Amino acid sequence: MEAAGLIYVGIGLAVLGVGLGIGKIGGSAMDAIARQPEAAGKIQGAMLIAAGLIEGAGLIAIIFGAFVK
Amino acid sequence: MQKTTRRLSTFLAALGLLLCSFSMQAKAADSTVTVAKNAPQVAGAEADKHAAEGEKEFNAVEMIMHHISDSNEWHLWTSTDENGEEHHVSIPLPVILYDGGFHFFMSSAIAHGHEHDGYTMEHGRVVSVQGKQRATIADLFTGLDNKFIDLSITKNVAGILISILVLMLIFTASRKAYQKNSGIPKGVAGFTEPVILFIRDEVAIPNIGHKQAGRFLPLLLTIFFFIWINNLLGLIPFFPGGTNVTGNIAVTMVLALITMVVVNVNGNKSYWGHIFKPPGVPAWLLPIMIPVEFLGILTKPFALMMRLFANITAGHIMILSLVSLIFMFKSVAIAPASVALALFVSVLELLVAALQAYIFTVLTALFIGMAVHEEHH
Repeated sequence: MEAAGLIYVGIGLAVLGVGLGIGKIGGSAMDAIARQPEAAGKIQGAMLIAAGLIEGAGLIAIIFGAFVK
Repeated sequence: MQKTTRRLSTFLAALGLLLCSFSMQAKAADSTVTVAKNAPQVAGAEADKHAAEGEKEFNAVEMIMHHISDSNEWHLWTSTDENGEEHHVSIPLPVILYDGGFHFFMSSAIAHGHEHDGYTMEHGRVVSVQGKQRATIADLFTGLDNKFIDLSITKNVAGILISILVLMLIFTASRKAYQKNSGIPKGVAGFTEPVILFIRDEVAIPNIGHKQAGRFLPLLLTIFFFIWINNLLGLIPFFPGGTNVTGNIAVTMVLALITMVVVNVNGNKSYWGHIFKPPGVPAWLLPIMIPVEFLGILTKPFALMMRLFANITAGHIMILSLVSLIFMFKSVAIAPASVALALFVSVLELLVAALQAYIFTVLTALFIGMAVHEEHH
């Protein structure tokens, strides 16, 4: 396989990791809201921050994959 | 509340439609013929060329890169008249070059294959016809022979100036609102006050602490509003917006450098102590720990820079790719799905615009908090 093809495999792997990470955050946030529905607002805020941070890590990988040749 | 929601949804629908029409205009991204006064000389030759080529193949990557990269002119739209000639409408921007002497001219002087002072424009960027290369930061140290420094007011710089104008309008208006209503937030102040209070009470004070938060609040607010307004302006697909300022790595690098300088200048004894003499670490581990801790000074702003740049750039690429689908399949049938998805992503980007500004501000506050925090043992 050419190196250019491997970039797409790498992007796929990065997205796989990000998907798992955000999925886990979402699942845990659902659990937490089910336990304490009155804290839903705070939990959502914290969830979004964590999701944003993880998404950033994934996007860094994608941008490196797309631009660094 | 309901009224605002309805207004917002109408606005978003209009945004989606404009996105669609805008990208159709972008189909012919390459500059060939202009409606400016120098058009007649080139129009004939260019029209022949186009007739020979037939309809240009749509290149999604080229179109997307044209939209997310910086440019020396502000391209507005391209129209094709009945003879098949393309007319590009662009706002000319001032070009300032230094190659031993200064050159000042408007970008319209070098548009569409024209030459001026030995420079011309290719894909929206100034290039030298004498083989001079664009200088980078590294060239400042290794010599500027056969290089030119581009200090132009490019599209992104113009975008920053517009966003500064917007910010000044918002904040002078809210200051006036406070003066007129003797301290009661009305008008624009009703919008800015909750946001400012949120940054103060939820970001600055919990992370930096009561005593020091006030010192850094102006910086945090400036960072937050600058990034937010620029993200939002970047989402507007036509003239005052659409500049992709926060999706430019140079802009995010400067923002991250500001954070790095502020953190390290204000770092107290315990901050530097944790880097050069980590407490509770056995002596044999220090040769590993000190370089790692020292690298932390650089990796934190680097992550800030990449996160903002990657998020905004990826968002723009997503929207543009979805709209490109229509032209790649060359079918109107795909348009409803494509526009609906582009609309969805656009709304998601509205969230991301605020979220990334917030994350940048929170992390800046966190790093400052770590640097100025008094140690309690």
